[in-house]
Amino acid sequence: MSDYTQMWTDLGLDLKAHDALLSILGGAYQDIFLSQKNRPEGMKYFDFVMSEVHGLRIKELMDAKAEGRIVVGSYCVFVPEELILAVDGISVGLCAGAEFNFEGAEEVVPRNLCPLIKSAFGFKRGLVCPYVEASDIIVGENTCDGKKKAYEVLSPMVKDLYIIDLPQMKSETGKMLLREEYRKFITKLEDASGKKITAEALKKGIDTTNAKRKAVKRLAELRKADPAPISGLDALLINQVFFYDDPVRFTNSVNALCDELDERVKKGEGVFSKGTIRVLMSGCPMAVPNWKVPFLVETSGAVIVGEESCVGERGTQWLTEGKGETVDELLDDVAERYFKIDCAVFTPNPSRIDHVKEMYDRAGAQGVIHYSLQFCHPYIIESGPAEATLEKTGIPTLRLETDYSQEDAGQLKTRIEAFLERIQGK
Amino acid sequence: MRAAGFDIGSRTVKLVVLEEGKTTHTRKTLTSHDPLGAVRELAKGVDYDVLVATGYGRHLIKEHLDCPVISEIKAFALGAKAIHPTCRVILDIGGQDTKAICLSDIGELSKFEMNDKCAAGTGRFLEIMANALNYSLDEFSKAACTAQRAEKINSMCTVFAESEVISLTAQGARRDEVALGIHKAIVSRSIALLRRIAPSGEVLFAGGVALNECVRSLIAEELKRPVIVPPDPQIVGAFGAALFAAKKA
Repeated sequence: MSDYTQMWTDLGLDLKAHDALLSILGGAYQDIFLSQKNRPEGMKYFDFVMSEVHGLRIKELMDAKAEGRIVVGSYCVFVPEELILAVDGISVGLCAGAEFNFEGAEEVVPRNLCPLIKSAFGFKRGLVCPYVEASDIIVGENTCDGKKKAYEVLSPMVKDLYIIDLPQMKSETGKMLLREEYRKFITKLEDASGKKITAEALKKGIDTTNAKRKAVKRLAELRKADPAPISGLDALLINQVFFYDDPVRFTNSVNALCDELDERVKKGEGVFSKGTIRVLMSGCPMAVPNWKVPFLVETSGAVIVGEESCVGERGTQWLTEGKGETVDELLDDVAERYFKIDCAVFTPNPSRIDHVKEMYDRAGAQGVIHYSLQFCHPYIIESGPAEATLEKTGIPTLRLETDYSQEDAGQLKTRIEAFLERIQGK
Repeated sequence: MRAAGFDIGSRTVKLVVLEEGKTTHTRKTLTSHDPLGAVRELAKGVDYDVLVATGYGRHLIKEHLDCPVISEIKAFALGAKAIHPTCRVILDIGGQDTKAICLSDIGELSKFEMNDKCAAGTGRFLEIMANALNYSLDEFSKAACTAQRAEKINSMCTVFAESEVISLTAQGARRDEVALGIHKAIVSRSIALLRRIAPSGEVLFAGGVALNECVRSLIAEELKRPVIVPPDPQIVGAFGAALFAAKKA
């Protein structure tokens, strides 16, 4: 790895804390990812990306900024990457997946807050997320109450926080609101970048984003095979890198990996033996480096074959049609696409469970683990009816609620093992 | 053939040995800071051909004694089914976990619920509360059983409940009434867990807390369903593990 000390200093990072963070991350990555058996060769690219996640990738961002491009950071799949690419900007997901500096976060936000939000404050206040520091605009979005109100607290801490309002019902007025918010976001992006969005640029942005989605959809299809050609942990990692990496390079790397997985499937090779219990994860997003539950699942004798999550199919399953000729028409297509996202902040939200069932059948899963982050009311409340509906259709379902700490690992493991025993007993 | 089951719980280690289906040994000791030492102590002078471990320390034993493991949820399901074949619902309140387990029509593990990560409403909770009131565990249950009324305990968090108990006694509340309040709190929490997965049917109540007479009678009273407590409620998990070992051998 090159020496990025100067770059990190220029970004205002707390070097000592940042070093500590990177060393913990490196250790966890070794134990959780590199120790897996039968990993595809194509994962080497993602290992490299992860090893340079605060290094080379940040340097790329800084170089792009020097060329006059803008970096737009966000925390949600409702922030349309197509629009950011249309002003030649760079879209990055911001750090919110680790229990880092929670004491610092708790000085400004409540203790009983979802760990994802708390983590964002931990990283920001601990000065260890180079993505936040490199962002020209940070986009907040009115999804849950926790995030909505926390952005008020975040606003004075960052250079330029821009809020996108979101509808809460899938109605015509809801869709109009979303479209109007995206139109305003275009103006914001044009002002910040000094570039006007043309139909051509927007089409190109749509194509680039769609290609990225198609690549991960291809990966999702390959996971249908038994034995599974790739572990759930590695697939999750790819879905996490989706938010950080250069979109074109990411797409090519995922497709190259899929070529390799194609071969594996043809030969009947996999990461775990044929007949390993297959589990679908559903629920809250797992932001990098949140690998806790998938690690417990895959070290308890099961393989994860899909993620119904924002970091997973909820974020990637729909393409933007992009048939429009004008910016206005294309904006309709963009709004149409994002309005389909079945986030639990919507009420009612029946399509989400339909999607879980569809994924369950498609991936040949044998059980669903519903994952909720503690204090994430939209998903926790939805988990009860979701479990009842799934069990009614004969789908074994386990509800887990946890945070980013490790102290409940033993109890989670007991539940996961008992759930797998239940599936096995069938 | 002799089949042994170890249940390494957070507070107690239990051993059951079966010979041709008949129980030949049941042993218990405190888990302490050295669960492996506790297991070795229990195993002294006991011969067995096959062994299965369960409970919180199962993976530790697996490493040292090279034996298969099953979750305590499965172990309790197996043990309870053998003790009381028609029972489909199990409530287990142990040292740090409360579990409600529901079996299918044919007696296989189906749904289960467990308390959250802290020791709220478990055996450990009762121990700490007894201590806060300066009772032995035995006195604690007896005092609660004979109290005229119960003080309301709102918190299930061990730490908060302890301060609640201290402030109640500081206000002059009767010790036995606080004790009954604590027992009621743990019972209502366990029942909520149970009702969520098993709204009807008789219940087999196991785990160390099933030794507490006050909890037992409150559960039967509140649940208004038949509650069966096996003669030795602590060993149901170890018994289930031994049954599993015998079956797999």
